[in-house]
Amino acid sequence: MINEKTITIAKETLDQMVEHLRTELPNEGCGYMSGNNDEVKTLHKMTNIDKSPEHFRFDPKEQFAVVKAARAAKEELTVVYHSHPETPARLSEEDITLFNDPNMIYIIVSFKSESPEIKGFMVNKPTDKEIEIRRIALEIKEN
Amino acid sequence: MKITINGEEETIEKDSLTIIELLTHKKVDMPEMVSVEYNGEMLDREKFDTQAVTDGDKVEFLYFMGGGQ
Repeated sequence: MINEKTITIAKETLDQMVEHLRTELPNEGCGYMSGNNDEVKTLHKMTNIDKSPEHFRFDPKEQFAVVKAARAAKEELTVVYHSHPETPARLSEEDITLFNDPNMIYIIVSFKSESPEIKGFMVNKPTDKEIEIRRIALEIKEN
Repeated sequence: MKITINGEEETIEKDSLTIIELLTHKKVDMPEMVSVEYNGEMLDREKFDTQAVTDGDKVEFLYFMGGGQ
């Protein structure tokens, strides 16, 4: 785990994310967030086509639609979020295997405890055998 | 030729190249983890080696996204 980076998220967006993920329980929920310059503004709820309490997978057609919507709004997709209904907010082996975009911030929300635990990460794989994981600090901006 | 890749026009010094060659050009190390839209239509993975990209084409690509607890 190496040096920390910070992104800013509007409290309203963060609350929308947690509410979205809570409505998907007991299954994992997932989505994108977009914004500019390390400030996240817009939530894009995605369908978990796995419909599973242990896995999530985006629908590629939905992904392309969201990419184009964010581009039209002149925002960048900077965050992928998903929930861990029963395990802590840490990168699982499956997450690390499947998270292959080095520029994306991955937010995990755990519902293991009564109060959701929220953590951010970046994953970089410079070679087949190297994995660099960065913790991303989440700064909550009140409206 | 001029093509549009992920919404941005780009000039490539070739008349044609395949999707897989284009992904290599864009430094995609794991094309098996990428979904591609060719001129507005999702492209089957088995066509990555054969689909030619030529002047005026629009190509979108993004990383497959999944995970699990």
